[in-house]
Amino acid sequence: MSRHVLMSREVLLSGAILVLLALIASRFPAFITPANLANVFNDTAPLILLAIGQMIVILTRCIDLSVAANLALTGMVVAMINVALPGLPVPVIIACAIGIGALLGMFNGILVWKLEIPPIVVTLGTMTIFRGTIFLLSDGQWVNSHELSDPFKAFPRAEFLGLPVMSWITIAAVLFFSLVMSRTTLGRAFYAAGGNPHAATYAGIDVGKTQFWAFTISGALAGLTGYLWVSRFAVAFVDLAGGFELNVVAACVIGGVAIMGGIGTVAGAMLGALFLGIIGNALPVVDISPFWQLAISGAAIIIAVALNTQANRTKGRIILKRAEHAS
Amino acid sequence: MKRRTFTSLVAGMSLAASMMGTSAMAQDNMRIALVVKALGIGFFEAAAEGAEEAAAELGNVEIIYTGPTDTTAEGQIEVINSLIAQGVDAIAISANDPDAVAPALQRAMQRGITVISWDSGVAEEGRMMHLNPSSTELIGNTILRLAADHMPDGGDVAFLSASATATNQNAWIAAAEEALPNFPGINIVATVYGDDLSDKSYREAQGLMASYPDLQAIIAPTTVGILAACQAVSDAGRIGEINVTGLGLPSEMAGCVESGATRSFAIWNPIDLGYSAAMIAHALASGEATAEPGAEIPMGRMGSVTLDDATTAAMSDPFTYDASNVADFADIF
Repeated sequence: MSRHVLMSREVLLSGAILVLLALIASRFPAFITPANLANVFNDTAPLILLAIGQMIVILTRCIDLSVAANLALTGMVVAMINVALPGLPVPVIIACAIGIGALLGMFNGILVWKLEIPPIVVTLGTMTIFRGTIFLLSDGQWVNSHELSDPFKAFPRAEFLGLPVMSWITIAAVLFFSLVMSRTTLGRAFYAAGGNPHAATYAGIDVGKTQFWAFTISGALAGLTGYLWVSRFAVAFVDLAGGFELNVVAACVIGGVAIMGGIGTVAGAMLGALFLGIIGNALPVVDISPFWQLAISGAAIIIAVALNTQANRTKGRIILKRAEHAS
Repeated sequence: MKRRTFTSLVAGMSLAASMMGTSAMAQDNMRIALVVKALGIGFFEAAAEGAEEAAAELGNVEIIYTGPTDTTAEGQIEVINSLIAQGVDAIAISANDPDAVAPALQRAMQRGITVISWDSGVAEEGRMMHLNPSSTELIGNTILRLAADHMPDGGDVAFLSASATATNQNAWIAAAEEALPNFPGINIVATVYGDDLSDKSYREAQGLMASYPDLQAIIAPTTVGILAACQAVSDAGRIGEINVTGLGLPSEMAGCVESGATRSFAIWNPIDLGYSAAMIAHALASGEATAEPGAEIPMGRMGSVTLDDATTAAMSDPFTYDASNVADFADIF
């Protein structure tokens, strides 16, 4: 039953994306050339990576508001490592980024798991702590493009089979986490812990520990994105990706991830991110006033959430009717 | 939510710091608060350095460098309220919004605090005087000239601004549009807004390149925007075809000038600006000068300024940086 709803949800969203592309193409045909669509995908890559992590966290009935701050802190740290040790190979930098991000995520996870503080409070606090830490580390200074080494900046841009490495990393992450979510014990535990925590506990799943791992994965992905972001825009500063956590949550919500936990897929999160990415990339070229741009982005989110609640409501009614008939 | 917790934290810390400060220091120290658009921006860090220089020169002056962590008017209002509570002697502010911060600043003036604005102005009722880094007309003319200098046959240029409501960026762009007749053959094809976010500015720059294939220059009168546009032009492989210019800091722009994406750019010296703002705040707060139309206010090594009818004044001309001098200034700010 829920499987059926999910499938239709992703099909619906894919349809909405196609309609959106058709609308944009009617005003600016060059937008749907394969090269431009590849650009849009590459531009949306950070949002997709973060949305995957956020989806897993939301599945377990939590929320991670610290992703953008984690991204900025990790980005600043790896940028400073690069400035201090320009010879350090990029794979080591990436390992550092994932490691630091995961540690920051674990910090969130420990607080939620062991101290049982509500996740929204924990991550609101750590968001502030992370941003403050960047300020302390950098002393308010920017790390600029000429200070970063060339390999550091070149890696995500390097072309491989026609797509930049950043896009390939994102594709790999989508495939990897699709497998993890559907084929591993941990992946199923995320659904169980969020779908029905009491039942999950009886089934031998430690809900707190599952939430801890969700935060760790979200943190690791934010760390990886931190490196990609700093490398792509060739600059690191305190306000990097300011407010981006809201885009990430919006991508998940549009992608059909239930904010109450237990429902959501990697593909949905990716489609939700792509939907926002396409709007973000199309608005500058279709010549719409910047004041309307904000309103349009906001309207898209509200419509998606409205569809979500609508879908959930009808589902609930049908179950009740069946229950009535049965009794 | 983020903003609120953040600024109240900052405000709390600065309040605590000032309490410790007052007990430790002599009571007759004049305290001048330098309120900036957001902390962690190189330009304002340099301005704070200039203000410290003025404080050292004057003696008996303590500079409180503060501001919100993101460029919002609400954040600045909270900072102003905490400064009023601390009872500082003067507030020198670069405003995120000319009107939104005015009521809070009026309250400050009612409490006897000297209020001036610098860099980005406050509505007339919300401050005693405003110090422009340069005149709006000069800056508008300069940024357009920077682009036109490298376009002998004329062509299309576009603006990449900060937010659609930013006070100074939009005044400069309006001035540039007015100066357009002085540059025959130059067309302004679009003005887009990157909100001072790297990713949005980058996307807007990409959009400009896609929408206007004949574009020859992107003029970004904002530090985040000019860097993002420079990166977007480099990534698109269009260095040499599109010149990214506008206002930026030498330390941040060194890479762009080196890669050739930027031929030249301009900025006034933020150290001088912070220095002058602190000097003026001191002169007004100590009663050495009064802020009224026609008044002449001294500002140390920068000479003096004369206020016009709207009690505003211009410090100096913007300075142009290119490959020949950017490296020398990159170490300074």
